[in-house]
Amino acid sequence: MSDTSQTSSRQGSSLLELSERTKKRNAAEARFRGYGMTAIAIGLIMLMILVFTIISKGVGAFQQTFVTVQVELLADKLDKKGNRNLDDIKKVTTFGYSPLIRAAAETSVEQAGIATDLKSKDIAGLLSKNAAATLREYVVSNPNQIGDTVTFRFLAQSRVDGYLKGRVTRESIANDKNISVAQLDLVDQLVDAGVIQKSFNLAFIFGSDASDARPEAAGIGVSMLGSLFMMMVVLVLALPIGVAASIYLEEFAPQNWLTDIIEVNIANLAAVPSIVFGILGLAVFINYLHLPTSAPLVGGLVLTLMTLPTIIISTRASLKAVPPSIRDAALGVGASKMQAVFHHVLPLAAPGILTGTIIGLAQALGETAPLLLIGMVGFIASNAPDGLASGLLSPNSAMPAQIYEWAKRADPAFYERAWGGIIILLVFLITMNTIAVILRRRFERRW
Amino acid sequence: MNDMTVLDKAVEIKNTKIAANDVHVYYGDAHAIKGVDVEIEDKTVTAFIGPSGCGKSTFLRCLNRMNDTIDICQVKGDILIDGEDIYDKRVDPVQLRAKVGMVFQKPNPFPKSIYDNVAYGPRIHGLAKTKADLDDIVEKSLRRGAIWDEVKDRLDKPGTGLSGGQQQRLCIARAVATEPEILLMDEPCSALDPIATAQVEELIDELRTSFSVVIVTHSMQQAARVSQKTAFFHLGNLVEFGETGKIFTNPEDPRTESYITGRIG
Amino acid sequence: MPLLWLVLILIAASIVGFFLGRQRALHTADGNPRDLHSLPSYYGHNVAFTGLLPALIILVIWVLVQPIIIDNRVSNLIPSTAIPENSTLGLVMSDVRRVADGLDHAVSEGSLSSERASALQADKTDVRALLGESGIAVGNDVRPEILSAAQKYRKINHVGSSVMTALVLLIAGGGFIYAYSVTHKDFRARNIVERGVLGLLILAASLAILTTVGIVLSMFFETLNFFSLHSWKDFYLGTTWAPNFRGDSDLSILPLLWGTLYISVIALLVAVPIGLFAAVYLSEYANNTVRSFAKPLLEILAGIPTIVYGLFALLTVGPALVTFFGQGNNGILGVEWMAGATSVLTAGVVMGIMLIPFVSSLSDDIINAVPQTMRDGSLGLGATKSETIRQVVIPAALPGIVGAVLLAASRAIGETMIVVMGAGAIAKFSLNPLESMTTITTRIVSQLTGDTDFASPETLVAFALGLTLFVLTLGLNVLALYIVRKYREQYD
Repeated sequence: MSDTSQTSSRQGSSLLELSERTKKRNAAEARFRGYGMTAIAIGLIMLMILVFTIISKGVGAFQQTFVTVQVELLADKLDKKGNRNLDDIKKVTTFGYSPLIRAAAETSVEQAGIATDLKSKDIAGLLSKNAAATLREYVVSNPNQIGDTVTFRFLAQSRVDGYLKGRVTRESIANDKNISVAQLDLVDQLVDAGVIQKSFNLAFIFGSDASDARPEAAGIGVSMLGSLFMMMVVLVLALPIGVAASIYLEEFAPQNWLTDIIEVNIANLAAVPSIVFGILGLAVFINYLHLPTSAPLVGGLVLTLMTLPTIIISTRASLKAVPPSIRDAALGVGASKMQAVFHHVLPLAAPGILTGTIIGLAQALGETAPLLLIGMVGFIASNAPDGLASGLLSPNSAMPAQIYEWAKRADPAFYERAWGGIIILLVFLITMNTIAVILRRRFERRW
Repeated sequence: MNDMTVLDKAVEIKNTKIAANDVHVYYGDAHAIKGVDVEIEDKTVTAFIGPSGCGKSTFLRCLNRMNDTIDICQVKGDILIDGEDIYDKRVDPVQLRAKVGMVFQKPNPFPKSIYDNVAYGPRIHGLAKTKADLDDIVEKSLRRGAIWDEVKDRLDKPGTGLSGGQQQRLCIARAVATEPEILLMDEPCSALDPIATAQVEELIDELRTSFSVVIVTHSMQQAARVSQKTAFFHLGNLVEFGETGKIFTNPEDPRTESYITGRIG
Repeated sequence: MPLLWLVLILIAASIVGFFLGRQRALHTADGNPRDLHSLPSYYGHNVAFTGLLPALIILVIWVLVQPIIIDNRVSNLIPSTAIPENSTLGLVMSDVRRVADGLDHAVSEGSLSSERASALQADKTDVRALLGESGIAVGNDVRPEILSAAQKYRKINHVGSSVMTALVLLIAGGGFIYAYSVTHKDFRARNIVERGVLGLLILAASLAILTTVGIVLSMFFETLNFFSLHSWKDFYLGTTWAPNFRGDSDLSILPLLWGTLYISVIALLVAVPIGLFAAVYLSEYANNTVRSFAKPLLEILAGIPTIVYGLFALLTVGPALVTFFGQGNNGILGVEWMAGATSVLTAGVVMGIMLIPFVSSLSDDIINAVPQTMRDGSLGLGATKSETIRQVVIPAALPGIVGAVLLAASRAIGETMIVVMGAGAIAKFSLNPLESMTTITTRIVSQLTGDTDFASPETLVAFALGLTLFVLTLGLNVLALYIVRKYREQYD
């Protein structure tokens, strides 16, 4: 009976009134919940900051400043013999074109009705160093235009572009040899006159990389092709090998030590730092097998080895999700085990395998570290490959490697391009992941 | 003897511990409990029986608001404990559950020592001021759980290392340690072997002296052995409620009879 | 590309073999497929595979082994006197290979006839200038021993390739003829083909082992080379990292390890609390609506490539930290503690952000594995949700969470891009998180992408670093996976 007295110590207290202790405990509960919400909020805020930074800093790369000038293609400069012989025209180097550009720049300033003390060299200095090459290219492909006056839209040099985008200010150029305050004054007037304009920059998406001195001309197009060829290699190798390995492990492998070793191996390979795969690629593919440095083929092989565990793990999961009754049904009508797997299990697991493969590819597409070691960084990807063989074997860069390359360069104008490159890279990744999610939703089967 | 029982009854009738009025429970669109009225007395073992899915467990979980943890679950109607509506906005389920303890189908000791398992409730509710108090509560609870002699030498060993029957008695001791007034038991013996079941049933009978016990069971024999009152649930309805002896020997409702004789269930 | 052609020929032959085999099988059954033991296509596959696979396997093995043999044969030709001081056999061999490649290139371009390439003599012709003309840069003047070794190299290579082509074609032809001749209606083609396919499946599965072996071997031998040039004691126990391209560098891993661990600890200090609380909130508190948008959004963080985080560290977080802790009186805190954007804190914080979803999704799985009955037991005793989580769920999930944290730590230690861009390049022992320090992965990248000679200790040290990194992360992973597996078994 002595027990009862203790048991009833709280008897009689009303449930409708909260005890002091309950209030305290509820406060602790609210605090704890608050920590959880804060953690989520921090995560989401970080994501927002990241996205905002990428977009605000990168969107500028898709716009570029152009200068519209009318160039008189003087015959006595470009075709001294006057016979329009292409070989002779080609002999004129870009230096030969500079005077034309200078003259054209001066004329357009005059035509805009702007008085300036600047020398023609400084006026032409507003244009990209690329302008002469662009002009020469045009003349070589249109020799019959020599003698005419043609309107060109040349890239403005990166300081002018930066000035229009707010990156360059009159204060920041105090020690800058590339541009002077007087030139910026002229830029202001030319903008008012409509000679200098900002517009969409297709060359950034499809163009090639440019040297350190010409950030305004750099584009990500060629390295995009490099990434494309690497992804082709990954897809062609990793998908069949990964699926084959998964089929063996999931459907045929006996329970023995060899199978155990393979399984442990795959689990661990999935967590090996990517840089280690880079070392493997350097040692095996380049130093040992003498495959060409910087080639997308080598990059693709390294990324294949890296992606395989991901593909194997997801493929095995989707094979496992196919119920045994399907296999039994096939075996029951006299199919061999191999036929049961290839005719029935594999097609049912296909959507899951595809989803896993796309996610693996997306991972591989964004991977940078191993590419550093096999020489895909530091290489100026200036020429687009002209076929499958050259696409696989001739040196190229890849999107993430190109971004890293730009981030390393000294001129801040390249940073804008690095962020812009990230936007393009993320567009690819988001597209791939969206496809994967849609596939999963669409074909997900609940047994 | 006869007079005693009559006297007991007279006291019990006044001693309504839980009163449910027209209780409905919905899981999303599914109507799980359809208007249950029941009065459960103090210091009594009340058994809920019925075929699987009849709503007996659901109703049990309403009594300490464990259904709150399921998002889609909605409870309508009144459930009064000691005359207070436990679904009143002012009631904190935490405080309610300290008053209405619960033992579950599967023994679920925490992955802690036996001592910490039992001390968990008193600690969170602040029932012990000193370590000695706590030791005292733990020992008393383990004794009431009829497991003290088996575990007194290994209180610091994990509770998960005990046998199934011991684990369940540990869980009962754990529930008792918070000094509840009502003890809800959701098929407490369904995961146990016959010997362990017998031990737990014996324990339930002893607990009746201090608590009002509500037990859900799928075994009619068990209901007959341990309970004084029995409620028969069928398809979410409370079909019949009364003295255990009467329900099993002379049921009023044909459905109860069918179930007792094994024709439905 | 004769190799490509060879492969294409094999594939074409196997396609032809498929149709021939099928036709012959049908023919022996008088055109009635029901009389065949297997489906007609199996006979075709049998012929195609029997011809193709052995030949392909021989081809692959040959391509892999030939370089070893040639290297061996040619390096025997180089007298030890031909190896200059401060150089190694490996270094001389890479010269030999470069010259040989140059000659090949010159021949294929047509600027050199193949006879002349074999007959060149170093004392009569300026081989360096010759190769320069066809765009191959050779570092030093080509000495006679090297040229003759290179010519030998070319010769063996050439002979090897010819023998390989002949052998592969022979095996393929033999396979086709054999398989074609045994094709008959009673032949058990399906069983043979299925056994072959099974073999291929096993081969694919063992690629995982092969990759691991490749990783270990590729680093192991170069590491041995490194330790033959540089004392292992200095590498593992020394305290200075000061590579010097003139040789005689201090190359010890400890300062790098310090930087690596420091950054990883900061990253975990950011990621573990946030990730764990996020997981707890998502799995225990959040309703379906919140979960269905917050979870995928957080997982976006995990899908962002590390180069993006690297750029974020270098160009956003680093400069932001400088405005707080650097810039003296112009800064927000008015202190001058930070010299540049790269620092331990920069890299650590950004890496922490990257690891948040990693920690949270792993912990989420692990918390969900704690049985609901355990929560019910606690709630049934009148515990609040937070008491249940802190005192029952988390302790129950602790082994799994520890495993998850170890996996995250292994990720942090092996992460490259963020530290390459955010951490800096100075190897030192310092406690100040605002200083820039360097890590193992950063040094691997810089030692292997620099201009130093491949056979020098300054380059080879990267392999020793890589091997150490591999062993370190492998140990963490194995431990973590073991803990997590034990944990899961407990609740299965």
